[in-house]
Amino acid sequence: MSTDTIVSLPDQSTARIPKVNFLNKENGLLSWLLTGDHKRIAILYLISITFFFFIGGALAGLIRLELLTPQSDLMATDTYNKVFTMHGVIMIFFFLVPSVPATLGNFLIPLMLGAKDLALPKVNLLSWYLYMAGGILALYTMITGGVDTGWTFTTPLSTHYVNTNVLTTGLAVFVAGFSSIFTGLNFIVTIHKMRAPGMTWFRMPLFVWAHYAASILMVLGTPVLAIAIVLVALERTIGIGVFDPTKGGDPLLFQHLFWFYSHPAVYIMILPGMGVISETISTFSRKRVFGYTAVAFSSVAIAVFGFFVWAHHMFIMGISNYSMLVFSLLTMLVAVPSAIKIFNWAFTLYKGSITFETPMLYTFGFMGLFTIGGLTGVFLGTSGTDIHLTETYFIVAHFHFVMVGGMLMAFLAGIHFWWPKMTGRMYPEKISQLAAVVTFIGFNLTFFPQFILGTLGMPRRYASYPPEFQILNVFSTAGATILGVGYLLPVLYLTWSLKYGAIAGNNPWQATGLEWQTQSPPLTENFLVTPIMDHEAYDYEWLDGQKQKEVASVG
Amino acid sequence: MSHISPIIWQFLVKWMTNFPLFPPEASTIAPQMDALYFFMVLVSLIGLTLVILLVTSFSILYSKKRHPVAVQIEGSTLLEATWTIIPLGLFLVMFVWGALIYFRVYTPPANAMNIYVVGKQWMWKAEHPGGQHEINALHVPVGRAVQLTLISQDVFHSFSIPAFRVKREAIPGRYTTVWFEATMPGTYHLFCTQYCGTDHSHMVGDVVVMTPEDFKKWLSSSTSGASLAQNGERLFASLSCAACHNARPDARGPSLANVYGSRLSLSSGGTVLADDAYLRESILNPSQHITQGYAPIMPTYQGQVSEEGVIALVEYIKNLNSDYRVQQTTNTTDMLPQSEGKAAVAGQNSAGQNAAAQKSAGQKPAGQGMVKP
Repeated sequence: MSTDTIVSLPDQSTARIPKVNFLNKENGLLSWLLTGDHKRIAILYLISITFFFFIGGALAGLIRLELLTPQSDLMATDTYNKVFTMHGVIMIFFFLVPSVPATLGNFLIPLMLGAKDLALPKVNLLSWYLYMAGGILALYTMITGGVDTGWTFTTPLSTHYVNTNVLTTGLAVFVAGFSSIFTGLNFIVTIHKMRAPGMTWFRMPLFVWAHYAASILMVLGTPVLAIAIVLVALERTIGIGVFDPTKGGDPLLFQHLFWFYSHPAVYIMILPGMGVISETISTFSRKRVFGYTAVAFSSVAIAVFGFFVWAHHMFIMGISNYSMLVFSLLTMLVAVPSAIKIFNWAFTLYKGSITFETPMLYTFGFMGLFTIGGLTGVFLGTSGTDIHLTETYFIVAHFHFVMVGGMLMAFLAGIHFWWPKMTGRMYPEKISQLAAVVTFIGFNLTFFPQFILGTLGMPRRYASYPPEFQILNVFSTAGATILGVGYLLPVLYLTWSLKYGAIAGNNPWQATGLEWQTQSPPLTENFLVTPIMDHEAYDYEWLDGQKQKEVASVG
Repeated sequence: MSHISPIIWQFLVKWMTNFPLFPPEASTIAPQMDALYFFMVLVSLIGLTLVILLVTSFSILYSKKRHPVAVQIEGSTLLEATWTIIPLGLFLVMFVWGALIYFRVYTPPANAMNIYVVGKQWMWKAEHPGGQHEINALHVPVGRAVQLTLISQDVFHSFSIPAFRVKREAIPGRYTTVWFEATMPGTYHLFCTQYCGTDHSHMVGDVVVMTPEDFKKWLSSSTSGASLAQNGERLFASLSCAACHNARPDARGPSLANVYGSRLSLSSGGTVLADDAYLRESILNPSQHITQGYAPIMPTYQGQVSEEGVIALVEYIKNLNSDYRVQQTTNTTDMLPQSEGKAAVAGQNSAGQNAAAQKSAGQKPAGQGMVKP
């Protein structure tokens, strides 16, 4: 075995993909569309979110092209407004929210818990159909004229002043919201009820803990978004007046309702990504995650505190000074569990035995970019500096560092890490390491200049800007081009690997999770016999023992 | 450099020599906010460097080549407590420091000069107390506290002056305030930072900071002939406010002299401070704000007076320190025909607008500030 990798593949001349697995158990389109298998539904999700990601990405490309020059010359301002609105709606509701939970979470939670499937397989399929219905509706609104409210649907702009497809877009988000509620509900029930014998709460992988926390947010937060959207629709169609000051309503009420979901939604998006990072960093440093309990509870702490910070989006909107104090303080508290996680991950490396395969490179990318994203969040949670920085490119850069630098890096780390489990084949290592580096460079070049632009005061959602801001925007657009290449590469080589990748075997990474102790790709039933969890999570000594036992019994 | 195309060369020279990395500090609050900003940048850099150092040094020291067998470590409560408490402490310092600045930005000093700003799709309209109007521009003197009272006529807007480090949302149906004291003459960017529809990115303008002398010159050269309070007085007359608020013993409405800044007892119980927001509310939504001892007979003026009109009325009432002016106004109203009703007011309104269009010096543009039909 080479000393710079942990990959151990079976002998390629004799290795075969298992004859029976979830991919080839049944054939035909119908067997996929009517499946109850969590793994097949995960694949359906993976294909659909990749599709939406590239639509959202193309819209991002249009935004960056428009901003290459100070004048609004590529498209009319109305078109630009529609483009950034659709970019936000698609990326948030149709990519980021379902990205890790609906693909990796769906695929892995039953495997990690030693279960046959999620608790409610039909509900799982239903949630994919709801997601697709919402997604197709969103595409339909885009084709038939788009919507220009911004993804935040701010009233009274969305209720009284724009004349675009607000209702259909609202309906799309409303429907997709139910998909997210059902996924969350399914995970909660599964984690409570379907754990294998011996799988106690504190033996669960941290990936499952992170998904548990995110599921609570999905189930409790998303209904509030649904209510807010229904109120916007009622206000727009029959003018009920809850948000209309001339009828005694309060225009700020909408923002309270909207951010009550949309701030926790940020944690819905990032927590599952943190779960991925816990798995990869442990596997590639051959060590138990430093302070398992602290990392597990920090996920729960983020979920709980995450519900009580929403008004930090409204510091400059005339909320009272006292509510500013409360929300600013709570925002500081929610920043702490993230800091704990970062340091615990860093110390997981300490005295490990580290290798640098692609998932680990993405993990390092995540740690650096999420640290920047998190720390700049503190700039915005601090009320004094928020006045200057909010509603500028600073905030755009901040949430892209968290959502793209954090979540997307984690998603790619996870996809590469579990690709051999999902498909039975390895991805090509060298080119994917290159893609990870290209993504990291492109990302920084795209979004770091935006911190400076924001500090200079360049407002977000502007189609044109003062000419002295051009040079930084040119950097940003150049970076976006590199970033685009970085995201296209995995699509190409992962597709290639479906046919030509090396046969992975059960456990190419020598990882400890139960998902690695079964064949790749797994059987529809996941395990031949229900596994018994007789050790802690990330127990590499147990794994070595297993290997010796195998050698003894075979040899 | 003859082999480089002159256009590209010019471009490079122009942009590489002239691109700002930090906004000018042109108000008293700017250096204070920047101190906190740079403190946070410093803490972030230290934190980021620490994370990068840990990750790279561990990656080098404990790579598989150098360290083939991992040593299992459970964790360390002491270390975990350290990286819980130190960030928490730093974040709390930022919280307190930030809150102090926040209170300073949104608590105008008592002697501040007030300018009203109305945001509408897609322009900023500033109304100086002397009656000067400006669109997408704001002229202010250096070294004097200026308070902005903001309101939006339609959707949310946000009034942002990066060089002053201040920003405030203009909200429909509600006054918000912010203040600053400019320290450096010059022209600075004014942005609308809250997305407000089609021409959001064109809702920009200039804040012109002038020396006190220049500002005085500017004020006298851009006056429209009547102060904001005088406009309010005309509106007060044309809306027949003085029919009730006339300070006579048998008046049906309370006297408005010195009402601004006083505490009023309401018939619904409790007291309220008569500030700008209260005056605005009691014009547009009077039945919710009945002063003790008076009948709820005042009609609503919602939809009849524009936000600029309300501002003029508020400014007029603010400056009423005796009943004398109201009684003068009453006399004007009494001279109108007896059958003066709401319909007649509307008629007079359009007549007033015609008069304003004719710009005849003797005529009062009574309809100014009224909602256009």
